[in-house]
Amino acid sequence: MSAALLIARRELGSYLRTMSGYIIAAAVLLVDGILWNAFALGAQQDKHSAEVLSDFFYFSSGTTMIAAVFLSMRLVAEERQNGTLVLLASSPVRDREIILGKFFSALAFLAMVTLATAFMPALIMVNGKLSIGQVAAGYLGLLLLGSAALAIGTLGSTLARSQVLAAIISGAMLVGLIVIWLLASVSERPLNDVFLALALWGRHFPPFQAGVINLRDVAYYLLVTYFALFAATRVLEARRWQ
Amino acid sequence: MIEVRDLTKYFGARAAIRALNFDIRPGEVVGFVGLNGAGKTTTLKILGCVLLPSSGQVRIDGIEVTAEPHEVRRRIGFLPDVPPLYDEMTVGAYLTFAARLRGVTSRDAPARVQESEDKLALRDVHGELIGTLSYGFRQRVGVAQALVHRPRLLILDEPAAGLDPVQIVEMRNLIRRLRGEHTVLISSHFLAEISQTCDRLLVIQAGEIVAQGTEEEIAATLGTPGEIEVALRGPAATALEVARKVPGVLDAQIAHSSAQEIVLKIRAREDCRPEIARALVLAGHQLLRLDRGTSRLESIFIELTQRERLS
Repeated sequence: MSAALLIARRELGSYLRTMSGYIIAAAVLLVDGILWNAFALGAQQDKHSAEVLSDFFYFSSGTTMIAAVFLSMRLVAEERQNGTLVLLASSPVRDREIILGKFFSALAFLAMVTLATAFMPALIMVNGKLSIGQVAAGYLGLLLLGSAALAIGTLGSTLARSQVLAAIISGAMLVGLIVIWLLASVSERPLNDVFLALALWGRHFPPFQAGVINLRDVAYYLLVTYFALFAATRVLEARRWQ
Repeated sequence: MIEVRDLTKYFGARAAIRALNFDIRPGEVVGFVGLNGAGKTTTLKILGCVLLPSSGQVRIDGIEVTAEPHEVRRRIGFLPDVPPLYDEMTVGAYLTFAARLRGVTSRDAPARVQESEDKLALRDVHGELIGTLSYGFRQRVGVAQALVHRPRLLILDEPAAGLDPVQIVEMRNLIRRLRGEHTVLISSHFLAEISQTCDRLLVIQAGEIVAQGTEEEIAATLGTPGEIEVALRGPAATALEVARKVPGVLDAQIAHSSAQEIVLKIRAREDCRPEIARALVLAGHQLLRLDRGTSRLESIFIELTQRERLS
């Protein structure tokens, strides 16, 4: 078994053995459930099933990003705080394997939590029709968005000395990447196109909500994930000099 | 086993260690002593491939640590000053994880874990959560993770810190048992421990090696007197007179006197216990006990550190 897989398995076990994992999962399900009841089921006017489903993925994208920040804040910062990073650093394990192992454990846990919300879209079948394609596209979008947010969180956790600071840094980076689309409205072409293309949510997530999978959006989230993890690996390597 | 040449590490503009040079031969147990902030932990972290040096060379088993850190890491077991333990894991699961990380196959891992648990007397807590263990057990688990993959070199940073007297004796016995199986580099503030367990000493002060060698070699270089304690029966005055006449003895004092025994504290330039014993017995005294005092290393340490401070 590769070192990354070993680390991922241990980390996933850590989420399942400690309260923090369950608290984050419970909070995500609770908030999603409240929003589902308030906006999707409790709306005054009649809605098409596709609109209800789109609303569900709209607010789920927010809870997914917040959950990603809380899940990733501990990844490296906690190890540094507790002095356990030395175990990994003194073992024949590459820094990229450490980062990948930690990232994939958090992604696996986030995927479990996200998929645990599937009963909410399934309730649409009580009074409407459910488009499996839209559900699949929506969840793919959530996983890709979660993956990008987790990678940014992993970078934040690698930069910070404490978990709280890691959450603040990751949150600031995520908010910065989300609101960058606002700059598009006050700038001209081609700069506004660049801002729109870079924005984490504005242009890239709504197609998934509507059940459309664009290769451009998939590639964007995978690239954000790659660059954030690459930066996290470089930061971890640089720590060996300090 | 270890060759260190001109090893230097800067943190910003401050040099934590400067141009360190030393060698450690295979199978040796070497003590690394120095005041807090002298550079012990920085040096051990570089040897443990956790930190990168600013300049200089470190070769372990002939392999350069900066060029091939992976190969070096397979050969070392490192216990940092704070044991790297995951509180939510059981002892067995943690040691298995550590073994697998260091390249032990899944087939061999259970046997290696059992072996290290036996060495550290951890079998009874195999299934216990690490977070529930006492300080002494945690320290032992820390040592177990360092040797679970049978490394050729063990680097132990303050393994006896925070242990109670019984645990210190257990740790001392463990280090003695490791002799021959591993090359051991051990840093400690407990000079008596270092004195009793190590073949050789490296004394570091303000980032520089100020002395290295056996306790006797360093004492001879410095002219630091050793202390010998003698318990005997017979007239105190003649015992003092006889002891003072033995070649190499600098001074002798009565430390304790009772009807049952007299205890003499003798300061000597070299280890002249056989000569003292012979002289006292020939003078008609009954020799009850003759020990080398434990304060010699302390004297060496104080002398070296004060010299550096004055300079």
